[in-house]
Amino acid sequence: MADIASPVLSIRDATLQFGDRTLWRNLNLDVQPGEFLAVLGPNGSGKTSLIKTVLGQQQLTSGTVSLLGNPVKSGSRSIGYIPQQKLIEPGTPLRARDLIALGVNGHKWGLPLGSRALRSTVDTLLEAVGATQYGDAPVATLSGGEQQRLRVGQSIAGHPKLLLCDEPLISLDLHNQRVVSDLINEQRHALGTAVIFVTHDVNPILGMVDRVLYLAGGKFRVGTPDDVLQSPVLSYMYDTPVEVIRSRGRVAVLGAPEGYGVHDHLEHHVDDRRAHR
Amino acid sequence: MFVSVDFWSQLFNFEDYGELLALVRNSIIAGAVLGIVGGMIGTFVMSRDMAFAVHGISELSFAGAAAALLLGINVVAGSIGGSLIAALLIGVLGARARERNSIIGVLMPFGLGLGILFLSLYKGRSANKFGLLTGQIVSVDSPQLTLLIGIAVFVIVGLLIMWRPLTFASVDPEVARARGLPVTAISLTFMVLLGLATAISIQIVGALLVLALLVTPAAAAMRVTSSPLLTPLLSVVFAVVSVVGGILLSLGGGLPISPFVTTISFAIYLSCRVIGWRREVGGARSAVAESPVAA
Repeated sequence: MADIASPVLSIRDATLQFGDRTLWRNLNLDVQPGEFLAVLGPNGSGKTSLIKTVLGQQQLTSGTVSLLGNPVKSGSRSIGYIPQQKLIEPGTPLRARDLIALGVNGHKWGLPLGSRALRSTVDTLLEAVGATQYGDAPVATLSGGEQQRLRVGQSIAGHPKLLLCDEPLISLDLHNQRVVSDLINEQRHALGTAVIFVTHDVNPILGMVDRVLYLAGGKFRVGTPDDVLQSPVLSYMYDTPVEVIRSRGRVAVLGAPEGYGVHDHLEHHVDDRRAHR
Repeated sequence: MFVSVDFWSQLFNFEDYGELLALVRNSIIAGAVLGIVGGMIGTFVMSRDMAFAVHGISELSFAGAAAALLLGINVVAGSIGGSLIAALLIGVLGARARERNSIIGVLMPFGLGLGILFLSLYKGRSANKFGLLTGQIVSVDSPQLTLLIGIAVFVIVGLLIMWRPLTFASVDPEVARARGLPVTAISLTFMVLLGLATAISIQIVGALLVLALLVTPAAAAMRVTSSPLLTPLLSVVFAVVSVVGGILLSLGGGLPISPFVTTISFAIYLSCRVIGWRREVGGARSAVAESPVAA
């Protein structure tokens, strides 16, 4: 029976509809331990809804989702979560190390009195994400890239079986995109954690991805990046001629309909400017 | 000249101070306990961005207290009733900050209007009326003091128990929810504790000035530290100093304590801002010194 490891996440015949709009229909997906799955697709294709479904915050129209063999509940200690980057409010009474400590014991009742064990755990995590230098700095004074590193540290603190990353690179510059995605990849190898990584731009993580789940036009495709990121496949999904160009290890999707999102990295720079304003 | 001497002797008159002190011993104890409550819960009021909610709750609490005064029932109970209704309404209807602010903006004038109606119908001592808005701890009799302290202890214990998950749910609600924390239940529980804390603070500083106890001390502490342990500790110290100091200073002149409390707490806030600002300027300078050729 135990020839292959049992999947961390198992999605069966899952359909999600909002009114008469179908985001995806009869989605079947198993995510294995240690697997890196990128979830791609234009805005509004249900990428974030998929994350919410796994977190038990979004009910499926039909079908089942099970996490480690059990139906999903509202949140789980086995999940590490890196949300879309939202800077911590200025004045928040937390230092970098405290944000990470919340990932270790934030769910436990009582006062945040640190033990020696907690301190050393947090030190290890700070080091793992290269944040030792600013461990005692107030979180709100740190840059977006620095905060996102802490998020990685926080998300792996509870030794999760599954890491859910919802656009964790958005509004980061190219250097920090690389740093943060490398960190996530390192940690999944070190801990054997499965990673579900939602992004609108696959390029920063192209080298790490095992499989891609592409959502568009109410349809989905699962497979290796080479299998899915093909002109005929995406043309079928978008129901219009789409060209996938690969050059120097990067992928660009051209001709995807307006409102379906742009897959060029140009979009990042637009986001960048908006975030810094 | 004479006018100004009169003015100061009215503000600060410390003849027979020892006897006065004995009379208000209970008030000072209550004030200290309320300071602890205000300082502790203020940290969360700040990190949950709920200063405006405190103000809204206090106006409905005022309406509740005024109704109790009119009906001749326990004022503290009326105040708590008003607070809890407001806190739960804001908690249930205003999950998002924008919705919350509009709900508070709607509730607040309604509460204040109701309160004014009840007070104008009330035929009793007018000092009682004024006390609800501006505070007068000395007018609280001893069974009420016991009730106040009992509620304060309840709020303190509640906060101590849920401190860590409440911190998580306040500063990082999405991740907290993903990790399986009952964020909604935690928020509603917090609103109940906040309602109770507001209701008892009103008995001291009055409905209009509650923020001086529930917001200013924590805001001051946050200017000088980011430690999750030091922030509430400092905030408690600031709040206790403000309340107890305010009571002690007001004894002499027989004036309401609230102007003293609010002035002390404002002075502490200003000092903390200056300290925080000097530190920032100093920090920026040393950072520049470390990397002189960044360009």
